Amino acid sequence: MDQATLRFAIQLGIIGLTFFMLINASALLVLAERKIMGFMQQRYGPYLVGPHGLLQPLADIVKLLFKEELRPKDADKWLFTLAPMISVTAAFAAFAAVPWGAETTFFGLLDTPVKLGVADVNVAVLVVFAITSMGVYGIVLAGWSSNSKYSLLGGLRSSAQMISYELAYATALASVIMLAGSLSLREVVDAQNGYWFGVIPKWYLFLQPFGFLIYVIAGVAETNRAPFDFPEAEQELVAGYNTEYSSVRFALFPQAEYINMTTMAAVATDLYLGGWHGIAILDRYGFGWMFFLAKVGVILFAYIWVRWTVPRYRYDQLMQFGWKWLFPAAVLNLIATAACILYFNV
Amino acid sequence: MFETSLFYLFAGVAIVASALVIGQRNPMYSIMLLITSFGALAALYIQLDAPFVAMAQIIVYAGAIMVLFLFVVMLLNAPQEDAAEWDRTHPLRRAGIGRFGAVLAGLLIVQLVWALVRLNDASTAVNARGDATAISSVRSVGRVLFTDYMFAFEATSILILVAMVGAVLLAARETSQ
Repeated sequence: MDQATLRFAIQLGIIGLTFFMLINASALLVLAERKIMGFMQQRYGPYLVGPHGLLQPLADIVKLLFKEELRPKDADKWLFTLAPMISVTAAFAAFAAVPWGAETTFFGLLDTPVKLGVADVNVAVLVVFAITSMGVYGIVLAGWSSNSKYSLLGGLRSSAQMISYELAYATALASVIMLAGSLSLREVVDAQNGYWFGVIPKWYLFLQPFGFLIYVIAGVAETNRAPFDFPEAEQELVAGYNTEYSSVRFALFPQAEYINMTTMAAVATDLYLGGWHGIAILDRYGFGWMFFLAKVGVILFAYIWVRWTVPRYRYDQLMQFGWKWLFPAAVLNLIATAACILYFNV
Repeated sequence: MFETSLFYLFAGVAIVASALVIGQRNPMYSIMLLITSFGALAALYIQLDAPFVAMAQIIVYAGAIMVLFLFVVMLLNAPQEDAAEWDRTHPLRRAGIGRFGAVLAGLLIVQLVWALVRLNDASTAVNARGDATAISSVRSVGRVLFTDYMFAFEATSILILVAMVGAVLLAARETSQ
């Protein structure tokens, strides 16, 4: 096989692998969520299907696929079907701009190295931000088209929440972009290569601790996770925007949520935790992506941990926190970062 | 060849979606079609080697402004427009306004023709400016924005600030009564 064909095949393989990992990430996260919840509540969680309940997500999927698809009589036929599709498409598409590994030649198989990740875009941060912000349409349309009060309220709450927290989220991102001087996620990651004093890895986490905190909090709110899960607040809204959904159409919503979580964690790793850098020996032999996956796993664990330990806020508290605390904090962080960059000339 | 067909694909999507926006009776569908049209426009920007403009288009128009539109339509719960209910005495259907609209449409056609005639000059001017990557680089966009177009940039931000203060004032007056 000549180099061009081989290269094409490998790049196709990388895209397929990314897609496969994302699908499995959502299945694994469902299981992890239930297992960790069980652990925290001193019970087993799912353990009947497969060894230690490992095949539980498969059973869930089969169950959901064979359920009857219901649609309320007065629901908007087109938008009701379109909404889950938009949600899940936006979730998958956003990950396309996220790099997850260094350049590699696959141990000399290729002449010139390929980049691990679907696409290397020079405005990757903006691409991720733009496409995840499209996901809100799925939720809003699901709420509106269901022709149900609970769904509509869930959809409205979700869009208000996402718009409010997007500001803090984007402002936190801007500080990192200023530090790295690039909108490309790959360049941001490579700017974090190396060590201070030979021991502390040059991660932006240490330069931007507040920025990281703001990013993670806004990220939890953006993905509609507890303690910010107002769109589906069970006590108030039955199940929120997806009340009227069933079967596959329903399954796509949680799947989009879990993929969004993964994207959020992967972007946080790229921006603040040095991506695949940090362990020199893994970097040298091209296994940095393992460290990347480990970091993403830690963030995702923290997400689940928070969900089962922190109770839900009240809706007005959410809005107050977003506008009066988180956003000003993000702006102050941005100004302080800009001042430091000017003063120290980094 | 491939790029040309992509151009026609996205241009077609943009035109068809925009035409359908005004053809819909359900305002919700109009909004979705307008978002489609914005998406196709963003794809055209990417083909022009301007990914930054494309992403700004999606974030600002499709992401922020259209969500606001969606909000308004949902909250007002605008009923489907019915063609039979259009009454002839509606102020917008008077003859004078119709003529004014015709003049505006004529002006638009003149402007379009003028722009198309000048297209060759414009493309040579862009080529003379040199590298196409200059458009894509965020750094150069920022530099131009804060030097050459400083006044327009700051004037726009004041305009937005005025609109914001106005919105706050309108909302605040309602609650204080």
